Amino acid sequence: MKKSLSKWFTGMMIGTLLLTTAGCGGGAAPAANSNSQGESAKLGVVAYMSGGGAAYGQSQKEGLDLAKDEINAQGKIKIDLVYEDSRGNNTDAINAVNKLINKDNVVGLIGPTLSGEMFAAGPIANQSGVPIMGTSTTAEGVTDIGEFVFRNALPESSAVPQAVKKAVEKYNLKKVAVMYSSNNDWAVSGYKTMEKALQDNGVEIIATETFADKDTDFSAQLTKIASLKPDAVMVSSLYQEAALVLKKAREIGITVPFVGTNGFNSPELIKIAGQAAEGAIVASPWYPGKENEKIKKFVADYKAKYNKTPDQFAAQSYDALHIYAAALEKSGSTTDRQKLRDSLATIKDFEGVTGKFAFDDKRNPLMDATVLIVKDGQFTELK
Amino acid sequence: MFWQQLVNGLTLGSTYSLVALGYTLIMGVLNIINMAHGEIFMFGAFVGLLLVTYLKVNIFVAMAGAMVACALLGILMEMLALRPLRRRAVSDLAPLISTIGVSIFLENLALKIFGPQSQTFPSGALSGVQIQLGSIQISLVQIIILGISFGLMFVLRFWLSKTRVGKAIRTTAESIDTANLLGINTNKIILLTVALASGLGGIAGVLVGLSINAVEPTMGLSMGLKGLAVLIFGGMGNITGAMVGGLILGIAEVFTVAYGASSYRDAVAFGMIILILFIRPQGLFGSSTRKGGRF
Repeated sequence: MKKSLSKWFTGMMIGTLLLTTAGCGGGAAPAANSNSQGESAKLGVVAYMSGGGAAYGQSQKEGLDLAKDEINAQGKIKIDLVYEDSRGNNTDAINAVNKLINKDNVVGLIGPTLSGEMFAAGPIANQSGVPIMGTSTTAEGVTDIGEFVFRNALPESSAVPQAVKKAVEKYNLKKVAVMYSSNNDWAVSGYKTMEKALQDNGVEIIATETFADKDTDFSAQLTKIASLKPDAVMVSSLYQEAALVLKKAREIGITVPFVGTNGFNSPELIKIAGQAAEGAIVASPWYPGKENEKIKKFVADYKAKYNKTPDQFAAQSYDALHIYAAALEKSGSTTDRQKLRDSLATIKDFEGVTGKFAFDDKRNPLMDATVLIVKDGQFTELK
Repeated sequence: MFWQQLVNGLTLGSTYSLVALGYTLIMGVLNIINMAHGEIFMFGAFVGLLLVTYLKVNIFVAMAGAMVACALLGILMEMLALRPLRRRAVSDLAPLISTIGVSIFLENLALKIFGPQSQTFPSGALSGVQIQLGSIQISLVQIIILGISFGLMFVLRFWLSKTRVGKAIRTTAESIDTANLLGINTNKIILLTVALASGLGGIAGVLVGLSINAVEPTMGLSMGLKGLAVLIFGGMGNITGAMVGGLILGIAEVFTVAYGASSYRDAVAFGMIILILFIRPQGLFGSSTRKGGRF
């Protein structure tokens, strides 16, 4: 009796496991590509591909796939990508990085999507001597993890103050309310940056409210904020919570502008919040409307392949893979991790779709941001 | 602001109650915690969303559709994951673990079918309609949620205490063996209860999905946890307990934010639950003496 029960359980567990793996989508990428020369460089990607921030990971994957096809078609260097889903979860991110480094033997890593995940998984890559580049890890101190940690994501400390300053000038803000997700490392860091930027601009913070990732009800916080009548509300959170906050706020009659951190940078924000997203302000290194040949080609190619306009996450991942390709070419090896790191660190004057790019001596990007505002359901430049 | 926050608390609490009712029914009859209830709830939300989006039905038809789909899911779960365990006298924990398996399965199935992105109800499907009562603002969806959960509570109580089937369910809850001896087809009664609880989960899914207007495959987990807390808080398997417990949890959360610090919201709400459980370990409305027959 006991035996048949355990058999039943095993069957169930195996079934579940199979489905779980299947659910990871891109996880089943062609790990063993039939490139017999062994010349292709294997890069691992850890992205948030299922759950509340899945749109970020999906965009990143699309941007990377597009870049990979271009690079492989050019033929100077061949790249294989192995995807792992981190589900926005630190433990899953650690497992993914361990697997990619030890089992798949990748030469370099891209990701993870969230700064919190990077703080958890980055040290492992750093200790193993594998270069890891975040394309969306914007929190303070990410590259302090170690010298193998890079990012082409514009740090919040550079982007947020630009958005705050612009909003303060444009709307003559005197007193604002701040909201942030208190169980997300990156959102807390974004909040601190916001707080500092507000103080620098002489704006008074009249309320600070928190919520948690995956919360769906914000009526209590927003009712409180509405009664204080702020000139604007600052929100540091991922798009899902941000969209629900916006929606609820507009419902209960808060019509002031909302200024966000990098989490606002997704078309999903507009999709979920709809009309309520109007007036949301965010600084982004990526603006698809710019007059630039490279950007126009990227947007057209992306549209042809995925039938939508690329967002910041797609654009930065696209650039990240091109940066990796340039570094791999320079290092002359598709397997030497140390050489790859050293050549990555020297990248400069790289012309990408997010503008002119170089790493500074702390492996952070040197680049400019554009302040955007949602108008008629589109991100447009705030002038 | 006090009254507005009270309304916010009641409406948040009523969504918890609605989810907790499904847990309570299964707990009361089968004496197990159905860990897959949150995922069944999520499927209900998706079925409702698809019906409204693609077949353009009105929201009540969508609720009925979600109820039927989830009841079928519940029947499948009972036949594949619960009944085989009941036939053999296995450990009390086995059905719990088996429902965890079902919940993982359903979540990943939803990720495969519906994709990981959150989806919204099309505009005009009730969501966003606001009603102004003096200085208080309340959305139509919230009134419907409040109404439906109280309505369900009374219907369930009446049905369980007065009708023949209700009596059969209560007998089964008291003791499956005795009920069998008395000529009650307990398998049928259990199937009915699980289908009913899952159907309720489906309705709750549509309503909650409509009120937050973001439906995604992992939404079952967080809602399910709150429902579980309410189940224990209200008294395992007590319908009034589920109702009142949900409302108290909602109000506690909202008032902590309104008059305290928002970061302590969960700490205060759950600290309060722990405190009440110290004083009444059987929960608010739970009875400490009997094992079965909790309604």
